[in-house]
Amino acid sequence: MADDTRVAVRRTAKLFVGGAFPRSESGRSYPVHASNGDLLAHVSQASRKDARDAVVAARGAWSGWAARTPYNRGQVLYRVAELMEGRRDQFVEEVRAAEGGRKRQHSEQVDAAIDRWVWYAGWADKLAQVDGAQNPVAGPYFNFSLPEPTGVVAVIAPQQSSLLGLVSVLAPVIVTGNTAVVLASAERPLPSISLTEVLATSDVPAGVINLLTGYPSEIAPVLAAHMEVAAIDLSGVAGTDVDAGELAVAAAENVKRVRMPAEREPDWSRAPTPRAMLRFTETKTVWHPIGR
Amino acid sequence: MTELDHPAEWTYAPAPESRDIARLRSSYGLFIGGEFVDAADGATMKTINPATEEVLAEVAVAGAADVDAAVAAARKAAGGPWRSMSGAQRAKYLFRVARVLAERSRELSVLETLDNGKPIRESRDSDIPAVVAWFFHYAGWADKLEYAGYGPSPQPVGVAGQVIPWNFPLLMAAWKLAPALATGNTVVLKPAETTPLTAMVLAEIFAEADLPPGVVNIVTGAGETGRHLVAHPGVDKVAFTGSTEVGKEIQRRVAGTGKRVTLELGGKAANVVFEDAAIDQAVEGIVNGIFFNQGHVCCAGSRLLVQESVADAVLDRLKERLATLRLGDPLDKNTDIGAINSAEQLQRIRELSDVGDAEGAERWQVDCDLPTQGYWFPPTLFTGVSQSHRIAREEIFGPVLSVLTFRTPNEAVEKANNSPYGLSAGVWTEKGSRILWMAEQLRAGVVWANTFNRFDPSSPFGGYKESGFGREGGRHGLEPYLEVDDG
Amino acid sequence: MGDASKSVAGSAAGTLTGAVSAHLVEDLSSDAALRAFLGGLPGVDEVGAAGRAAQLATRSIKRESKLWALDAAIRMTDLTSLEGADTPGRIRQLAAKAVRPDPSDADVPSDAEVCVYPDMLPHAAPVVAGSSVALASVATAFPSGRASLEVKLADVRDAISAGADEVDMVIDRGAFLSGRYAQVAEEIAAVKKATGSAHLKVILETGELQTLDNVRRASWLAIASGADVIKTSTGKVSPAATPSTVLVMLQAVRDVARATGKVVGVKAAGGIRTAKDAVRYLVLVHEVAGVEWLTPERFRFGASTLLNDLLMQRTKQLTGRYHGRDYVTLD
Repeated sequence: MADDTRVAVRRTAKLFVGGAFPRSESGRSYPVHASNGDLLAHVSQASRKDARDAVVAARGAWSGWAARTPYNRGQVLYRVAELMEGRRDQFVEEVRAAEGGRKRQHSEQVDAAIDRWVWYAGWADKLAQVDGAQNPVAGPYFNFSLPEPTGVVAVIAPQQSSLLGLVSVLAPVIVTGNTAVVLASAERPLPSISLTEVLATSDVPAGVINLLTGYPSEIAPVLAAHMEVAAIDLSGVAGTDVDAGELAVAAAENVKRVRMPAEREPDWSRAPTPRAMLRFTETKTVWHPIGR
Repeated sequence: MTELDHPAEWTYAPAPESRDIARLRSSYGLFIGGEFVDAADGATMKTINPATEEVLAEVAVAGAADVDAAVAAARKAAGGPWRSMSGAQRAKYLFRVARVLAERSRELSVLETLDNGKPIRESRDSDIPAVVAWFFHYAGWADKLEYAGYGPSPQPVGVAGQVIPWNFPLLMAAWKLAPALATGNTVVLKPAETTPLTAMVLAEIFAEADLPPGVVNIVTGAGETGRHLVAHPGVDKVAFTGSTEVGKEIQRRVAGTGKRVTLELGGKAANVVFEDAAIDQAVEGIVNGIFFNQGHVCCAGSRLLVQESVADAVLDRLKERLATLRLGDPLDKNTDIGAINSAEQLQRIRELSDVGDAEGAERWQVDCDLPTQGYWFPPTLFTGVSQSHRIAREEIFGPVLSVLTFRTPNEAVEKANNSPYGLSAGVWTEKGSRILWMAEQLRAGVVWANTFNRFDPSSPFGGYKESGFGREGGRHGLEPYLEVDDG
Repeated sequence: MGDASKSVAGSAAGTLTGAVSAHLVEDLSSDAALRAFLGGLPGVDEVGAAGRAAQLATRSIKRESKLWALDAAIRMTDLTSLEGADTPGRIRQLAAKAVRPDPSDADVPSDAEVCVYPDMLPHAAPVVAGSSVALASVATAFPSGRASLEVKLADVRDAISAGADEVDMVIDRGAFLSGRYAQVAEEIAAVKKATGSAHLKVILETGELQTLDNVRRASWLAIASGADVIKTSTGKVSPAATPSTVLVMLQAVRDVARATGKVVGVKAAGGIRTAKDAVRYLVLVHEVAGVEWLTPERFRFGASTLLNDLLMQRTKQLTGRYHGRDYVTLD
């Protein structure tokens, strides 16, 4: 009698660029292991060219995403939370495999990650009221300020917190109308790959979020120096051998807005503040005379 | 009815302000720890009147040791009375300063004009009143920071190192100092090499106002002094206004040091005139946009984008209007266009204008006599300019306007945004919905619709893209000087 | 006149907007055509216009120019009395003062004209006879203009037959504000015809038009309909002349001249009481319309009390002493 124990269909872990799932153009991959040392998968090892392609996709998606109504962006983000909730168990399992430790802790992490999308979704149509103003200038002028998206934001995602950390640096970037090129945690990329699968079936337009897997030492310098990247979050450089200072030097070439990494990766379960979004916005001020 | 003989020339009075009002001294020291001192190595430089090239005064040049001393004084004050003082007390010092500035405004106006070359009409009616307003505005913030949206008990960053440019010498000092002090920081300020004098009078005013020693320290000098200050490990926060080139250098220098930084850099603003604009006011706006302060304005409207259907009419009017501008003695109250600030800047303006000629743009200049002494450049237009020309891309920082045309709103936006800069932009149209659409589309920190070059202490100012980051003015202007929860 | 007005309005609009073609205002009797034409004129930003006027107010005038300016202002003054209480005696004194503003100084020039109600013209006429001072009268149911065209024309004919060299008419502001531009144009043209060779000043009453867009449109409408001079106000409505309104009217005459060569004058009337204000207006004239407008042919002040301040300032300039009110004649 033949043994018909079902053989699982394993996922090929690919990049997520412009709404598609390409392999690295370099053809390279690297193995990732669970915290217990088991081989989990081979993931694409993004090249410099993949990073550049991702920036092109992000730039292309930017005008359309920024032009969506804030209400609409809020709904799109909320839909991500809905879809993640449906895959909650999968995320818990992947985070456990990646990060090790007790399962309860990972449930909390995944719940927090889902709830964070909900929190940011609600900010979409409120931030301009909280941060914007009509300014009482001394003269016959109507004058107002409001936050606007900065552009393409590169994000080096946290190395340790494979899902909550990722969502904590990604959601605040895109909710205001930026588009993102994210480099996932190098050693713990699988939850982020599942997230891209959620994104692909969500309402997030192609190119708004692009996710690469690979090494910060290879990809971060490309993104830091890229003239089409307007800002860079270096949170995920914390704890790596990459010199954030050197990246910041490269970033000065087009006066990028830079978030420097903390000395050690922070506790991402801490409640965020609007500052997380405002960091990657620009304040625009408009004047107009008041006359008959 | 009788015929009137016209006056041969309808002449305005040479109505010069007396330079005695400036109470010019022969030498100025550094202001460190509440004292006026010479540089440790005795180094000095001369500051000149760019309208006449005469030497106005000798000014100390701060070296590394002086910057050290200034930062040490600021650190001491940051941990001392300034920190422990309540916001309400801090506010009163700043109000006091604002009042004395107003009282001495005529002296400061004349001194500013002597040192900078800008028309007295501008220093008197624009710069100095704004200086007073900035201190008055931020004074009121000092005891209200908990309501500013930066947390329940926002704390100062510490010691701010501030480097400012020569185009609005005292006003830029006010933009930098007022918010830093209101938020409880202490400061080491470096004025520009060619325009140090009004800052030293401001130092005097701080001393007279009994501001605790070390809260504000002012170190004069050139680029080297600025580099010492920016690189100094005792500085927690760097604020810079100036060229994009130097801004990038500073961003590199502080990279990885943990210092906070804000940059207010160059621009190449588009001033977009639609066919339905209020043409007469648009012409005034164009003139104000590029010829205010000899075009030495980072947010100057240096690219005129005019809709093709009205291009000829607008240019005719513009040329006619430019012919009425009065260039000459900056101390004359009737002067519209003063001197270029320095020989170096004049050289740059000449070079880029020559590039404009060489690239095939057509130069038109006001036919006026330039004084034989001093640094002067006549109001200049370049027509037939295309986006690829250097005079359409590079900041000239002088009275030179590049004129381009467009056909549709989309083309206007595309051209306006096609620049590494993003500091300001202008829009002229009588159609409300188009104003708002343009304001939304333009990638610039300040959009002036049916006006240009307006500033107010309550109005945030600062750039997109390579024009820098951080905002000065209003509630937003507090953030760079506060420890803000990082989210 | 009809042909001239077509070309004035049409080609000037073309220059200004590049969009309005000449034939649009072929017909001064069509509200629609006039609305299209006037609507095609560039708008005026009130804040920008006021800012420009304020900036020009900071100009300082050289002493010799100031003396010239004071004399020019005296020559440009239309000495005015338009009171219900006017009497023959008062009007005679007014006319005498216009001819010889300062009895103690023969160098002081005469005013441009005396401006009175039509029934007062016979009392002023003998006094100004032989002098350079013109006789002017308001007409057309001044100041409200609320009467039938018939009555207005009778008013004008009355003034002309009483010897008026110049007639100051009011436009029908009600018609203008309700968009009946053709009626406004028709009245002006009819009055122009009735005035014959006399000069026609058209009062816009800018205080009632309220917006600077209206001031610009009314200026063009009046010019297209035959005005020799456009005048701000009756003096009976506040605000009367303001720097912003005069700025916009000067821009209109400048633009008309540029487009067609037709020269039209401007009269700032009402509310101008000090020599300092008068000189500021002359600076506006100089910088906006040009030096060619610095003549009584092209610019006037309508005022009653301004003259005395001009005289006092003139004496001050000449003697260095501030003059006292008791040393100028109160007429």
